[in-house]
Amino acid sequence: MTATTRTAPRTALRHRLAERGIDRQLLLLVPALLAVLILFIYPFAYGMGLSFQPAEGGVLGAYRNFFGDAYQRDTIGTTLQLALPAAFLNVAASVPIAYRMRGRFRGKRLLTTLLVVPITLGTVLTAEGLLNFLGPTGWFNRTLLEAGLVDGPLRLTNNYWGVFFSLVITGFPFAFLLILSYLSGIDPTLERAAATLGAGWWPRFHRITLPLLAPGLATTFCLTFVLAFSVFPSAVLVGDPAGTTRVISIAAYHAAYEAYDYSLASAIAVVMGVVELAVVAAVLGVRSLFYTGSTGGKG
Amino acid sequence: MRRRIVATPGAWLVWGAVGFFFVLLAGVIGSVLVSSFGRRWFDTWLPQSWTTQWYGQAWHEFTLLDVLIVTVEISVLVVAISVLVGVPASYVLARKNFPGRRLLYLLFLLPILMPPITYGIPLATVLYKYGLAGHMAGVVLANLVPSIPFVILTMTPFIEQVDPAIERAARMCGARTGQVFARILAPLLVPGILAASILVLVRTVGMFELTFLTAGPDSQTLVVALYYTMSAAGIRAQQSVDAMAVIYTSMMLVLLVVALRFVNPTQLVARVKEDVE
Amino acid sequence: MSWLRIDGVTRRFGGKAALERLDLDIEQGEFIALLGPSGCGKSTALNCLAGLLPLSEGSIWQDDTRLDTLPPERRGFGMVFQSYALFPHLSVRKNIAFGLQMRRLPRAEVRRRTDEAIKLVRLEEHATKLPGQLSGGQQQRVAIARAVVLEPSLVLMDEPLSNLDAKLRLEMRTEIRRLHQSLGLTTVYVTHDQEEALSMADRLVVLRDGRVQQIGTPEELHTRPANRHVADFMGYRNLLPLKVTAVTPDVVTVEGSGLALRGTGVGTLAAGDEVVAAVRPEDLVVGEGGVPVTVEVVEYQGRELAVEARTEQGLRLHLRAVERPAPGDRITVVADPSRVLVFPA
Repeated sequence: MTATTRTAPRTALRHRLAERGIDRQLLLLVPALLAVLILFIYPFAYGMGLSFQPAEGGVLGAYRNFFGDAYQRDTIGTTLQLALPAAFLNVAASVPIAYRMRGRFRGKRLLTTLLVVPITLGTVLTAEGLLNFLGPTGWFNRTLLEAGLVDGPLRLTNNYWGVFFSLVITGFPFAFLLILSYLSGIDPTLERAAATLGAGWWPRFHRITLPLLAPGLATTFCLTFVLAFSVFPSAVLVGDPAGTTRVISIAAYHAAYEAYDYSLASAIAVVMGVVELAVVAAVLGVRSLFYTGSTGGKG
Repeated sequence: MRRRIVATPGAWLVWGAVGFFFVLLAGVIGSVLVSSFGRRWFDTWLPQSWTTQWYGQAWHEFTLLDVLIVTVEISVLVVAISVLVGVPASYVLARKNFPGRRLLYLLFLLPILMPPITYGIPLATVLYKYGLAGHMAGVVLANLVPSIPFVILTMTPFIEQVDPAIERAARMCGARTGQVFARILAPLLVPGILAASILVLVRTVGMFELTFLTAGPDSQTLVVALYYTMSAAGIRAQQSVDAMAVIYTSMMLVLLVVALRFVNPTQLVARVKEDVE
Repeated sequence: MSWLRIDGVTRRFGGKAALERLDLDIEQGEFIALLGPSGCGKSTALNCLAGLLPLSEGSIWQDDTRLDTLPPERRGFGMVFQSYALFPHLSVRKNIAFGLQMRRLPRAEVRRRTDEAIKLVRLEEHATKLPGQLSGGQQQRVAIARAVVLEPSLVLMDEPLSNLDAKLRLEMRTEIRRLHQSLGLTTVYVTHDQEEALSMADRLVVLRDGRVQQIGTPEELHTRPANRHVADFMGYRNLLPLKVTAVTPDVVTVEGSGLALRGTGVGTLAAGDEVVAAVRPEDLVVGEGGVPVTVEVVEYQGRELAVEARTEQGLRLHLRAVERPAPGDRITVVADPSRVLVFPA
């Protein structure tokens, strides 16, 4: 035993760091972290800074402009009036449909594939299609008129309903597929067990399946809401972008690229982010009241 | 077990709702398709006569070939960069527990949760300031913002289900980190990387807001070009816009068919890890 | 001077010690078994040795080189994992060749050594198959070949036989021993099966709750366990809580629960001490003038019968018999004092 080997019984720094999960492998995180910091956090902070430096009106001038002008302020309400019902309808309609389709049946793969099609449509085709199909001389109104259900064509485009329909077409498949995957993650033997204990289909659904599904519903609602909240192209194309469907993203875009008021545009973007995160936080807050552990399935 | 022939009222309601949705969908797609092939179509069920001239017109008038090339270039670049940057990061997130891991996860989740417009406008402003916007570089950079986190969120659960003992075995055979990645992990992760790449591709081709805010005249992708032609309506025949929309959708459909060979439809929409609040 | 020295290696998980100050010197060519029940820290010790877990304290030395600061791939050890951890996308041949390729050996040498290793574990016919197409025993042999093909200075084996059925386990035990002898590889072998450890190892390290209980040769552990926990693990199924009545230099007399025994004391004992008397079932036999017990269960075990009996006070005894007693029979049992170990309670 040489003296040099005996004098170093101390734990190496390497071990002490590794103990806490810190080693060179963490370097692999650096590129992704840098990308998010430079391309997301920095511009966001920069924008936030801009929003507090308007050309006139002091630090809060841009915000005062936005909230002081009813035409601007109301865009928040307009957006929420579109996004909340659309997200709610998409989730609410998906639950019974997904519940009925959670088992295996012939054509399930085909059906789910067909439901993915709307994702490929893109806003422009959806907009064109809605204008053509639901327009005053479109197939839909034509059918209603021929059947004698209405006296004159229903006005379903270039207003609230046009945008709402486009949100349903893009949002419903999204919500449905997510909820279907959450449902298939719930162990089916749980429901069978409930059945052996004498529970009919309704108690089985609302006492067993629904509580287990609730966290998934909240997540789905959030994601669908985010999708609907950022509605922009369809609000311009099938909506009434100067009036009933002047959503907040249109206001932000106008401020930035038509009025060239970057301060106001940034302020609107910040408001938009805050409103959206507030809704998401509220929903997730409600979600945390439910059981969020394992649902026993393969999910 | 015999199947019931008579359905319950609940079943009728459910199938009715699905039916209604598909009628709406078919109406939307059908009317665009019919219109793009119709010569003149005003107040009638179907156009008076048929033609394919709008496709030719759209192709030449909107220099679609160039737009398509730009679209493909941008998407491929975005996919390649986000996979190269995202996969190593998701490896660390899947395998290691370190202080601040949850915070980091949240940071990566944020760009997906925020509406693109909210960060798109300040990002575009910053990119213009450094002279990057208006070119392909700006469009690619902007599209990386949601794509890198998307790759991370898709790949982390995928890496978690690969047995860590396999990597340890490779190490015990003398492989260094780089070699473990290249020789052992990469081949095992190919299906997951492929799925993530296709999802990012679909999202990038379809991404309107970010591209719209950062693109210049010669760096427009198909969606943005479409939007411009449609909102500048009146100058051009509506049918050629329809034709262009059909071209766009066919392109996405091809991508989708390829994607569905590799991924379950439910993964196409999102794959959010459950323990993130 | 020993060749590999483990010096006070400690590993804590969140404040709780999974391995407490492990000191162990390993000679070249030795076969060491780390033995203990699940959760005793034996796999932790192995992973620390491999470099797959950071140490909380202590160091590991090979000759004069400090090893514990090196990453696993630079320690030059081979490892066989419990789950085998075969690369599922590589064929048997490529799995085995992997480590050689990592060392950038010339192609011809890789080929030659891989062939040798395949032959060594008798997998010539399966060389091009993927791991998923092999049986459990074959996968096990691939894992071993992959670890030994590098001629590592130390082979680590983490319960390599636990996923095999009983017959295959016996075969592979011989196989591993054969490889160890023919290649002269220094081996550290983790197991919870005392029979496996006794039959294979040159020296055993018994662990319990992260602490070393005893280090010794199979004979030492088998005949002279250091404490009641080691005794329990070494097949002393009768652990009887008794009291010392008399102590002489050779023999300790213990009594309680209606039985009196004479045994050998381990450690210092005095009359009146609470103790545990440990006896193997095979050392407790039917005989004249012993403890009277009532037979409860009889199991046929080949050459012998395993008998479970109870004293009048209800203390349960495990013993062996040659002639079959019937349940309910009253018999008397005796034990050789040198085979009865008395430990402080």
